[in-house]
Amino acid sequence: MLRLLFKDQLYLGLAQALMAALAAMLVVLLARRRNIHLESDALIAMIRGLVQIMAVGSILLVLLRGPRWTSGLLLAAMIVAAGATSARRAKDMPGAFRVSSCSIALGAGSVIAFMTWLGVIATDITSLVPIGSMLIANAMNTNGLALNRLRADVLAHVGEIETALALGAEAKISVSPYVQASFEASLIPAIDSLRSLGIVWIPGLMAGMLLSGARPVYAAIYQFVVLAMIFAASGLTSLVSTLLIRDRIFTPAQQLILQPGR
Amino acid sequence: MLRSEHLGRIVNGKVLVEDVSFEVRKGEVLAIVGPSGSGKSSLLRLLNRLDEPTSGTVYLDQTDYLQIAPRDLRRRLGMVNQRPFLFPGTVEQNLRFGPLQRGESLSQDSIDQLLLRVGLKGYASRNVANLSGGEAQRVSVARTLANSPEALLLDEPTSALDESSKLEVEACIQNVVRDNSLTCILVTHDTAQATRLAERALLLEAGRVTRAGPVREVLHA
Repeated sequence: MLRLLFKDQLYLGLAQALMAALAAMLVVLLARRRNIHLESDALIAMIRGLVQIMAVGSILLVLLRGPRWTSGLLLAAMIVAAGATSARRAKDMPGAFRVSSCSIALGAGSVIAFMTWLGVIATDITSLVPIGSMLIANAMNTNGLALNRLRADVLAHVGEIETALALGAEAKISVSPYVQASFEASLIPAIDSLRSLGIVWIPGLMAGMLLSGARPVYAAIYQFVVLAMIFAASGLTSLVSTLLIRDRIFTPAQQLILQPGR
Repeated sequence: MLRSEHLGRIVNGKVLVEDVSFEVRKGEVLAIVGPSGSGKSSLLRLLNRLDEPTSGTVYLDQTDYLQIAPRDLRRRLGMVNQRPFLFPGTVEQNLRFGPLQRGESLSQDSIDQLLLRVGLKGYASRNVANLSGGEAQRVSVARTLANSPEALLLDEPTSALDESSKLEVEACIQNVVRDNSLTCILVTHDTAQATRLAERALLLEAGRVTRAGPVREVLHA
């Protein structure tokens, strides 16, 4: 219906954004009837999200026409932003921002670099930036999940961890069950995405490739390629971040820093 | 054997332990008593170096404990907590944990001896999930003894147990300490237990030692 009313793509987009925002506000009103107040949070988040994405879109428009090295700059900025976002999931954990940024840079960054070198990802900015951002965004989510789970598990098992320390165990041994559990749990979304590919969901990239005239078989294979890269980037990120944070939750004298109420 | 000198810990301006000095001789049992929140458990954590002192230090056989590797120190000063925190698996696996950290493997005979000492003969293959509270705490004592400690730090070892289990564990501790002439520091809020087990006592209030001496004098002054 909106397509009949608006011929200009910009106005159409704004009208579509308004309709989607109204749907979201309807849910907020339904929540309000159950005494759950999300009004201000939801409104601010939506306005902020719209302004952010439009601003980033405008910047991208300029950068995407620039030289190839700008893609490196963009991806580096994304890694820092991703580090800051997922570090919030690990509050109280010492050095969470540095650990998150380093892990995402090493996890997603190395997969992007290696795959670009192999030719799996094209070097032009319009391919490298969108695919790179997908890997970074997924690595960010995995990192957030890993740190959040590790924090919760450590806080819930302080007694067990300190008992192991008191028996002469090394710090890394005392937390190893929780490091392993957080690594496994953080990879559940990436594994489920691979497992349900094509059955539960047909991701946007494949739909975009089909719309732009790619052969369906190649679009389907490339979607698998992207998900496999996401799995590799996420797995490496989680592996690095859980190992880095593990050493930071203990003092040099192997005393557990992370304690309930501290 | 163990000497604390002006030991203290302040966290975010809050005094947990302040200027605590005392000495425990080899084979002696010292009780640390005091009301809830007086810093008894905090003091024990400092002795085991699970927390770092902000002032003072502890000497273990004349050596400043800050010069001893924390893992070695913790093995030498075995700790038993209020709750046993047994690791998932069998009793035997729990007993093997400490020595394994130093690359040592306990013989079957040593495991049987340890279980005999805590009155749990034949429990080696039992899953710890199926133990009663008193049995679990005795496994915890045996697990600490498996490390051949020079002293035992007991943090309210019977306070989470019912009356009959409490007496079982208390008897077990008494036998183990007596048979091995182990130095022992017992944190307890149970004054009767302190009188039964210890020779001397420290009364801790607001993190400071307010009384020290023979257990009966300290508790009944």
